[in-house]
Amino acid sequence: MADAERLIEMLAAEARPVRRLRPPGLRAALWLGAAGAAIALAIALFSDLHLFMARVQNERLVWEMTGMLLTGILAVVTAFYLSLPDRSPLWALLPLPPLALWLATTGYSCYSHWFTDGWVPGSSWDCLKFIIGVSVPLAGSLLYLLHRAAPLAPVRVAAVGGLGVAAIAAFTLQFFHPFDVTFLDLGTQVAASALVVLATAGYERLALARGVR
Amino acid sequence: MAAAQDGDRRAYETLLRQTLPYIRTVVRGLNATPDRVEEVVQEVLLTVHRVRHTYDPARPFRPWLAAIARRRAIDALRRRRRTETHEIFDEAAYETFADPEANRHQERPASAAGLSAAVADLPAQQREAVRLLKLRGLSLAEASAESGTSIAALKVNVHRAIKTLRKRLTGD
Repeated sequence: MADAERLIEMLAAEARPVRRLRPPGLRAALWLGAAGAAIALAIALFSDLHLFMARVQNERLVWEMTGMLLTGILAVVTAFYLSLPDRSPLWALLPLPPLALWLATTGYSCYSHWFTDGWVPGSSWDCLKFIIGVSVPLAGSLLYLLHRAAPLAPVRVAAVGGLGVAAIAAFTLQFFHPFDVTFLDLGTQVAASALVVLATAGYERLALARGVR
Repeated sequence: MAAAQDGDRRAYETLLRQTLPYIRTVVRGLNATPDRVEEVVQEVLLTVHRVRHTYDPARPFRPWLAAIARRRAIDALRRRRRTETHEIFDEAAYETFADPEANRHQERPASAAGLSAAVADLPAQQREAVRLLKLRGLSLAEASAESGTSIAALKVNVHRAIKTLRKRLTGD
């Protein structure tokens, strides 16, 4: 009992003023705004928007991209909320409906492409590199901001954040992939996104095991 | 808590003292063994200190505190289960021979100079844990408060440091 009392004295003695975190919704909006601006600039400079506009006539692709974008936005917002101690873990359910839409539309596309094209390699390797390449800087900046809340369940927060980043990367890929995709391409996009989620959560797990925090 | 966030040390100390019984109740409710309760309570206090900037004065304080206490108690419970599954504590296993004098021979490689060099070669986090806990003899809570590292991380680092030192000094 005396130890706890002594610890309180020590903690109080070194308690400097702290800067309160801004509301999680605002922090998420700021990160999404910055990431969105960078992605919009890259799309304007480097993508072929004419080809994209032709491809986006396909209603299935519109639904798929809506699922990706909403998954990305809601997962990032969720990660900021979950990083705080007193927010309900039920927040983790928020990105699930758009995730289901994304996986269902992609799954349906895979199914139809399997019958029309079969096992055609397409540009799967490029899809994988693109999603990972876009995800790394996004995940790095997002984890940096999420760590400022010193989350109590960092692996869960990182996994949800990783889902958001992977979904945003997959959404961005559609602007740089202005040709018909194959069964393998679609599978690779989902696999690369899953890899990003696992890598982000794995990084946090490793950081914990090494006693970084 | 809002005053504590602004640097009011007296308010902070009063708040922590007032919440101590509540923290103990939450921890006791989740952590079955009474011998670990105080250790977890200290971890909760340190976590409250570390994440005090996340408290939003517009929201009630108790759910914020309860979430931290519950989380730390559950972490401690999981850690204990993991330890009990993989490790057995056997004090006698550290003794090589029954006669204490005979063990001196085994301990000789850990001479002061050799030990200092071996400690200096440790990774920074392990070296810091050994310095605070073994060389300066601080308690886990004191070492944690001074270094800003969690008690769990300190335990892991010191355990790994001793394993590394034993390997280096005895060649085991």
